[in-house]
Amino acid sequence: MKLRDIAHSRAGDKGDIANISVIAYAPGDYALLVERVTAERVAAHFAALATGPVRRYEMPLIGALNFVLEGALGGGVTRALRLDAHGKSLSSLMLDLEI
Amino acid sequence: MGSTMKTLRIGAGAGYSGDRIEPAVELAERGGLDYLVFECLAERTIALAQQARLRDPDAGFDPLLAARMRAVLPICARNRVKIVTNMGAANPAAAARATRDIAREMGLRGLKVAAVTGDDVLDWLRARDVGLDNGRTLAALGDSVISANAYIGAAPIVEALRRGADVVITGRAADPALFMAPLIAEFGWAMDDWGRLGRGALVGHLLECAGQITGGYFADPGFKDVADLARLGFPIGEVTPDGDLVVTKVEGSGGAVTARTVKEQLLYEIHDPAAYLQPDVAADFSRARVEEIGRDRVRVTGGAGAPKSGLLKASVGYLDSYIGEGQISYAGPNARARAQLALDIVRERLALTGAPVRETRFELIGVNALHGESGPRAEPYEARLRVVARTDSLAQARRIGDEVETLYTNGPAGGGGAWKSAREVVAVASALIPVAAVRAVVAIEEAA
Repeated sequence: MKLRDIAHSRAGDKGDIANISVIAYAPGDYALLVERVTAERVAAHFAALATGPVRRYEMPLIGALNFVLEGALGGGVTRALRLDAHGKSLSSLMLDLEI
Repeated sequence: MGSTMKTLRIGAGAGYSGDRIEPAVELAERGGLDYLVFECLAERTIALAQQARLRDPDAGFDPLLAARMRAVLPICARNRVKIVTNMGAANPAAAARATRDIAREMGLRGLKVAAVTGDDVLDWLRARDVGLDNGRTLAALGDSVISANAYIGAAPIVEALRRGADVVITGRAADPALFMAPLIAEFGWAMDDWGRLGRGALVGHLLECAGQITGGYFADPGFKDVADLARLGFPIGEVTPDGDLVVTKVEGSGGAVTARTVKEQLLYEIHDPAAYLQPDVAADFSRARVEEIGRDRVRVTGGAGAPKSGLLKASVGYLDSYIGEGQISYAGPNARARAQLALDIVRERLALTGAPVRETRFELIGVNALHGESGPRAEPYEARLRVVARTDSLAQARRIGDEVETLYTNGPAGGGGAWKSAREVVAVASALIPVAAVRAVVAIEEAA
């Protein structure tokens, strides 16, 4: 099963740090997200793009996780050479995670 | 007004500088609003605006200010809707004069337009050589520094509103502060009422990107369908005196307000949800609750706050480098192999000709430009080569696109649609400075 089957996501930028939310469609799937979508798994999934550590924040009341990826934006939105300097499309890579 | 008011209705008329104009007109006409807020100032925009101001002392504010004001000012004046915006960018005083002139021209006599200035902290920073988040110092950046502006809080906007301003125009201010100020002014919140200020920050955070909470930036066909995005309605926040919020939009407008759209925006650009640091409060969104209470009506409660840090974030804009880029497309059988051959040719050409570059990317749009080699690999029907490099001069940057363009007559078969660009890069770094470094000033212009 892909993460996209049970969750949706949005990515945001601040300097060279990306944040990517993972939100359960059904509240009952939140526990599965907590179990399967760990900071370690996300760090491995984004290894080719993010240089820094990954932190995970839990939001049980809205059934969501928030991932913060340091060094994920090619040096920062305002100077990166990347086509998607904001990392807006990183949410789609997140949802491609096999869980 | 004031304490007798049950809820305040605040509309978000723009989520960025270039945003659509009609949704704000729809909000002003049919939103039943008390306030209309336009958030139009991205991190780097103010540095570009400062460059414009250096060339022309009456320039340096948002290029769409006149168009937006002409579209909404008469309607807002008629419906008694006040406007708050950061479209002043690097020159709020000139923006206020321009807005006053538009009001006069449109017959809106007596309209009061306030400019909030004081966010420019370049002199303060230069005198102290503060360290920046990119590991450098202001002194090390030397003459390349263009601007430094602090994210100011709600207080000067509140002052402008209390002095009777109909329109308040700021430069750099914390985005949520644009929304918090009307709440503080109308409900009389104390500036150490951390819980309410925290909820106010949540209101501002949710509304500031406009269409991003009403179904924009959300649709994924078959998974998350949203109707009528071409007529997307922008959000209205109905806020109680305690700071609880219902997000909604004008009936009949496109898009949707659902628990899902609100949750995505709740976490947008957030790091630790329990510590969203603002000039006026350390807001805590970690126990927020989101519930659908009707069609296109979502209630948000549970926001909280703790005392502010006493520090402000300041953004420093500086001339960083130049970027040159070239693209060309290949299609049909073997498209990827020809595009890859083309990439290899450009790479070798740049080496052969000794083109000075600091950093390069060689990639294929449609194959690996966004996420590298992540994800499944299928043979694409089309592939677009992209070569991009950082250089020390504009002339060096132009070399990159020129070299890609030569693939027309010198590269693999069937390349088409070549495109090139070369640009100066104004980058932004940030610093933390004490609140005392900023002395905000409010000046009011009246349309005669």
